[in-house]
Amino acid sequence: MLTFAVRRLVLAVPTLLFISFVIFMLLQLAPGDPMAQVPLTVPPEVKEKMRQALGVGEPPLVQYWKWLVQVFWLEPKVFIDYLTNSSTLLGWLPDTQLYQGELRVISWQTRSPVMDIVIQRIPQTLWVVGMAYIVGILIALPIGIYSAYRQYSIFDQSGTFITMIGFSVPPFFTGPLLIVIFSVSLGWFPSIYDTTHVVNDWASFKYQLSQMILPVMVLALQTTAQISRYMRASMLDNLNQDYVRTARAKGLSEAVVVAVHVLRNSMIPVITVIALGVPAIFGGAIITENVFKVNGIGQLLITALFANDLPMVMTLTFIFAVLIVLFNLIADILYGLLDPRIRYD
Amino acid sequence: MTDTSPAPIEALADKGPLEPPRSQWKDVWDQFRKHKGAVFGGGFLLFITLAVLVGPWIWQVDPQKLDIRNKDMRPIWNALWDSTAKTSWSRPFGTDQLGRDQLAQILSGGRASMAVGWAAMILSLVIGTAVGVLAGFVKKLDGVLMRLTDLFLSLPILPLLLVAVTLFRQPLREAFGPEGGMFILIVGIIAITSWMPTARIVRGDILALKEREFILAARSIGTTPYRIVQRHLLPNVLSPIMVSATLGLATAIITESALSFLGVGFPSDFPTWGKMLADAVQRMQQFPERVMIPGVAISLTVLSVNYLGDGLRDALDPRIRGR
Repeated sequence: MLTFAVRRLVLAVPTLLFISFVIFMLLQLAPGDPMAQVPLTVPPEVKEKMRQALGVGEPPLVQYWKWLVQVFWLEPKVFIDYLTNSSTLLGWLPDTQLYQGELRVISWQTRSPVMDIVIQRIPQTLWVVGMAYIVGILIALPIGIYSAYRQYSIFDQSGTFITMIGFSVPPFFTGPLLIVIFSVSLGWFPSIYDTTHVVNDWASFKYQLSQMILPVMVLALQTTAQISRYMRASMLDNLNQDYVRTARAKGLSEAVVVAVHVLRNSMIPVITVIALGVPAIFGGAIITENVFKVNGIGQLLITALFANDLPMVMTLTFIFAVLIVLFNLIADILYGLLDPRIRYD
Repeated sequence: MTDTSPAPIEALADKGPLEPPRSQWKDVWDQFRKHKGAVFGGGFLLFITLAVLVGPWIWQVDPQKLDIRNKDMRPIWNALWDSTAKTSWSRPFGTDQLGRDQLAQILSGGRASMAVGWAAMILSLVIGTAVGVLAGFVKKLDGVLMRLTDLFLSLPILPLLLVAVTLFRQPLREAFGPEGGMFILIVGIIAITSWMPTARIVRGDILALKEREFILAARSIGTTPYRIVQRHLLPNVLSPIMVSATLGLATAIITESALSFLGVGFPSDFPTWGKMLADAVQRMQQFPERVMIPGVAISLTVLSVNYLGDGLRDALDPRIRGR
């Protein structure tokens, strides 16, 4: 198992390098010019110097190498410095001061380090998207279990229909629809997610909850649809197995049979599906963040794309790729750990 | 020594064929008809395809014609509960803020959405099937092609779609015109990023089929590899391909609408369902129907395609069929 995990980790490195190279070369083809916004009165030689300062003048391979160094060597240094310097968790360690003021990956929009902006945006995405994922899973599991237990009942049929709707109705339609119903007609929840809102007492906490409900509902609908399907199929596979009949025959109560024997075995594939869905939900949240004006990572990517901010786009896309590769790995390892029949050796 | 075949036992002899012979496709059709949702889905898909194909000839209003005097008309059904609403039978779905007819826009927008969906689905099926067959049939290519598939599966699809569309929009537009260039770009990108599941399924099935006796028999009578693939392997993997085709159609329609919604799709004077929805979101408090109509069109189409896929999966699987 350990050798498998190590081998997969080692294999992930060339995969990620290749993906980053592909994205970088794709972005090199971009027709936009970062100097397009500079006034025409600026003389060309000054423009050329500014171009050099942004690192655009070099050949693409040199640029790619510098980007690699910045992301894999400088940024970890900055992160370790942050950990030992100002974080509460490891602040007691001596300040490492690894980072000596080298040039980090700079956003062309704000001229500040890309990673700093990403770190600012991550909490919003994690709050909304992560919460939605958890809510979706919590709703999906009981639905899947019960509709498998009572297969072809009315509950199962309607559950199938609702999950079909969850698959089919895109988030850019459910989002506006929920806004029209709940914030325009009924006036219950705000339609825009206010990220500057500070939670410090009960009233502000209630407001925070109410502004999170709509985006969480939109995202959770899709998660629920997907995971309850998997849960149902997995339960159905297990319910007809011999060990279930044995468990019933030795007189175990129905609750124990379903909730302990069947559920534990059916959770194995579902857990890997849940792990695999984590990066997808980050990617899919781009639209939902756009609808509810949540300024998370997805919205950052969109604005960076429109502003032709290539270092930002490059780094963000790479982060998404890292998430996908990482969670694929986690899913494989979890599957091997949970199911003793799986042998990777 | 005797040439006569043994006479059947009297009691066991059939008095003739019990029922007329059945073909495979009749079995499939009978099973398909049992799935109510699939029949409804197939019917609706047929209806919407015909509507967007033939509709613009029947409802001959130019979707681009600005009729500023008749702007902001409400759909005709608003007259049911609000007799003062600005409605007209000549504009059954109402008009938008520039007076463009909504029904005509829905029809021509559906044309674009369906065209993108079908084209992207077919292209991704072709790529996926080709990669799957090659990987399954040619042992040397298996490792390379499957690594490539894994690599594509670990690409972040939606961010990459956005990146590629914003990057290649300008050159393709210059080469093929604003609409043609965008069509090629979106279809190509959706196809390139969605062929992997088909390839995996097809490869798995081909690997299993390749070892079966009928392939050995075909090989032993000297069938060329190309003919084996064409005559024996492809027909046998048809059913998973058709199921993934329906899923691909649904994803392609949603992806195109999502791109249009985010503002990187077709040009703004070229209506698609996603574009209409995105344009209407700003004023959805006053005119909720402008969000509802394209949204419901997208959702119903995708829903019917998904149900169709569900029914096809049951109908094409000979183990489930007949139960």
